[in-house]
Amino acid sequence: MKQSRPETWVAGHLALLLIAVDPAGLGGLHLRARACPVRDAFLNSAPDALLPMVRIAPTLDDDAVFGGTDIAESLRHGRLVRKQGLISRAGTLLLTMAERLRPGRAARLSQHLDTAESGPMILLDEGIDDEAAPRVLTERLAFMIDLDGVRAFELSELALSPEDVADARAHLDRVTIPDAAIAALTVAAARLGIGSMRAPVLALAAARANAALHRRNTVTEEDLNLAVELVFAHRATQLPEDAGPPSPDTEPPDTEPDTETEPEGKDQSFDIPDELLVDAVRAVLPDGALFALSDAAKSRAPAQGTGAGRRRRSNRRGRPLPAKPGKPGSDARLDLFATLRAAAPWQQMRRAAQPDRTGLILKSSDFRVKVYEERSDRLIIFVVDASGSAAVTRLAEAKGAVETVLADAYASRDHVALIAFRGDGAEALLPPTRSLVQAKRALGALPGGGGTPLAAGLRAAADMARRAQGQGMSPALALLTDGRANIGLTAPGREAAQADAERYAALIAAMRLPALVLDTNRRPKDDLSALAGIMGATYLPLPRADAQAISRSVHDALRK
Amino acid sequence: MKHAFPFSAIVGQSEMKSAMILTAIDPGIGGVLVFGDRGTGKSTAVRALAALLPPVSVVRGSATNAAALDDVPDWDRGAGDEIVDVPTPVIDLPLGATEDRVVGALDIERAITHGEKAFEPGLLARANRGYLYIDEVNLLEDHIVDLLLDVAASGENVIEREGLSIRHDARFVLVGSGNPEEGELRPQLLDRFGLSVEVRSPQDVEERIDVIRRRAAYDVNPEAFLQKWRGEDLNIRNSILAARAALPNIETKDAALRDCAELCLALGSDGLRGELTLLRAARAQAAYEGAPSITRTHIRSVAAMALSHRLRRDPLDEAGSSARVSRLMADILV
Repeated sequence: MKQSRPETWVAGHLALLLIAVDPAGLGGLHLRARACPVRDAFLNSAPDALLPMVRIAPTLDDDAVFGGTDIAESLRHGRLVRKQGLISRAGTLLLTMAERLRPGRAARLSQHLDTAESGPMILLDEGIDDEAAPRVLTERLAFMIDLDGVRAFELSELALSPEDVADARAHLDRVTIPDAAIAALTVAAARLGIGSMRAPVLALAAARANAALHRRNTVTEEDLNLAVELVFAHRATQLPEDAGPPSPDTEPPDTEPDTETEPEGKDQSFDIPDELLVDAVRAVLPDGALFALSDAAKSRAPAQGTGAGRRRRSNRRGRPLPAKPGKPGSDARLDLFATLRAAAPWQQMRRAAQPDRTGLILKSSDFRVKVYEERSDRLIIFVVDASGSAAVTRLAEAKGAVETVLADAYASRDHVALIAFRGDGAEALLPPTRSLVQAKRALGALPGGGGTPLAAGLRAAADMARRAQGQGMSPALALLTDGRANIGLTAPGREAAQADAERYAALIAAMRLPALVLDTNRRPKDDLSALAGIMGATYLPLPRADAQAISRSVHDALRK
Repeated sequence: MKHAFPFSAIVGQSEMKSAMILTAIDPGIGGVLVFGDRGTGKSTAVRALAALLPPVSVVRGSATNAAALDDVPDWDRGAGDEIVDVPTPVIDLPLGATEDRVVGALDIERAITHGEKAFEPGLLARANRGYLYIDEVNLLEDHIVDLLLDVAASGENVIEREGLSIRHDARFVLVGSGNPEEGELRPQLLDRFGLSVEVRSPQDVEERIDVIRRRAAYDVNPEAFLQKWRGEDLNIRNSILAARAALPNIETKDAALRDCAELCLALGSDGLRGELTLLRAARAQAAYEGAPSITRTHIRSVAAMALSHRLRRDPLDEAGSSARVSRLMADILV
């Protein structure tokens, strides 16, 4: 952020303070930071009104989070023992490792957030690059603070007594919202390319909470400026064209030089041009950060869209397998028959040991839980050679193949990604997705030409495959090329390039990725089939590759 | 419990609202699919509609919202013996819900603590005679989807597991919402939804301001806001009730049948479901407008939502399916 680091720190505190004033209206805070002393210091400085903080780790089972039956206790006491979920505790919900939240859990949490009785939430998001907390939650939280880069020595104490927050809470009902403020916020959101209608609602709540904090009876321009900085800046997907590109240090290129002080005088007594608010956002956004944000938003969606198939051996869904010993909970279902069967042989012995007990005597070691087999989603990564003269046609056919695969992928639940390599590097043109809409947009304009950095392409594919495996998908590669590697990763020259490519081919073989090499040369090349051998891939000469042929051979080779 | 946002106060989104009203008039239309961006008021509309509908009479405590004492299944121990009015049930089906929670399962607590074989009803039982709302339906597990399809088609939930053999009524209006950017829906599931609408966040600035203005007014003082819109909500409720009563008497002329058939043939939509839904929706629309019979105007106004999701997807056609429907409609219904 252009905002200096101490300012991020202050903005973060302000966000916490505003949440303390209006927890229901603001939802909470999405905190991006690795686990570090700065993050701890930040959380420790939260106002008392937000305490206690209830930590919820993604590994906790649903019963612990949302409440349920305590089977072991029920059994011991011979009556029903319920346990209350963590979310019904008073205080702030602290969701650790929020980037690992399963979509189902996130959906239930967001439903909880929509109810009036929910406390505020703080998502601790340690995601790197395109990993992020589920959108369904972050969308409902007013603020996002990224502590990355804040140094420990820059930290400062912000003193505010608990009474201040309490007073502000009491004052909140008295704050009125001028109609012009609503209009200004809405227009500003629209101009910043924020489609969701939740954003202006949250910004309005933030402005109101800030007014209450300053004991104002009405929302002023200052409140609105703060609200857009905290709520809109990280949501913006565009800056209005008329203002030109964002410039970090110069005045916003605007007709009014004194934008900060006087609003334009229209006939209304209270009037905030939305331009001012857009400028406020522009001021906190650095160069290029915006596009990084919108790109992240794009790739974030499919990352969490892995509705099914996270684990291959699931204990909740899928086809049933034999039961195994374990502890029943909401994440593991008790197999009653298997449990009874396990307990039966011991009954005489146990009864002898405990003559005062009647009926069946179960011990926790008897428990058997159900195991299901779940098919994991497949991800087909197209790695396409975009170099040389034939690049344009090859890319176009690859694009067609991607769309064909997607169009009939419903039943088989395939995800598709596309990496193109040319010149001196590889680029993921289409992040893993199942969405035809998204694929079409991402593949609208494909660049072509230049050298053949085969190694870079394979490396990008291996990286993507590893990430996909981390999300429980089964990746497979389809390489489309006609040439030899001529651009390496480290040393120049054809030999080095070929050696690099072979190294990555070996790595892919070691990852045991199903792979397919489609040779689009008019006459098949030996070194490509050799490379396929190293990769452990199926080699297929396909001189006249068209979309149908590609998708058919991918289908045949990879789906067995 | 906070009151739902009033249905009539939802700005714009007329297609979504009218689709929901049509299924409220005739639940047989079979569910609504709402696809669109986040924060466009999809969930608000579903909850608002349920709050707007007249209460349903159920046996007190009944797990399946049984209408009469005779309908109470014998496994239902919680059911009392009097009839009470309750709000129309809207049940959320969260992503990641297990099969047990959806269809119901053996009540393990009872089995262990009392040694009884009892049935614990699931979400499908609770949604009976109401709405089953699935947010992000396109991310739902495949086997849950299959299960829902089966129940939604038969109106009956059959449980054959863990030594239980139980069946109970499960007639509900399926409302699904989702964001197409995050994944598509299988055509088999698409087809089971009667109507489908696409929502966008309003593009008009004035409209957007109106949305936020009303939302702010509602947040600041819900009671006053509800009071203000109660009259209009009542109007819609009365129109729905009147339309329900009028529905059996709406005349369907041969010309209307022919129009529906021709439209579906020209679009090449799979199966007869498209025609039947189109006809039902048009009839509900006629009833809502107080017309004595179905006219082309009615067919025209519901055709896009009844048919656009049944077309075979053409990956190369850039224009959306609704555009194709309206294009053809202009040719056929001249």
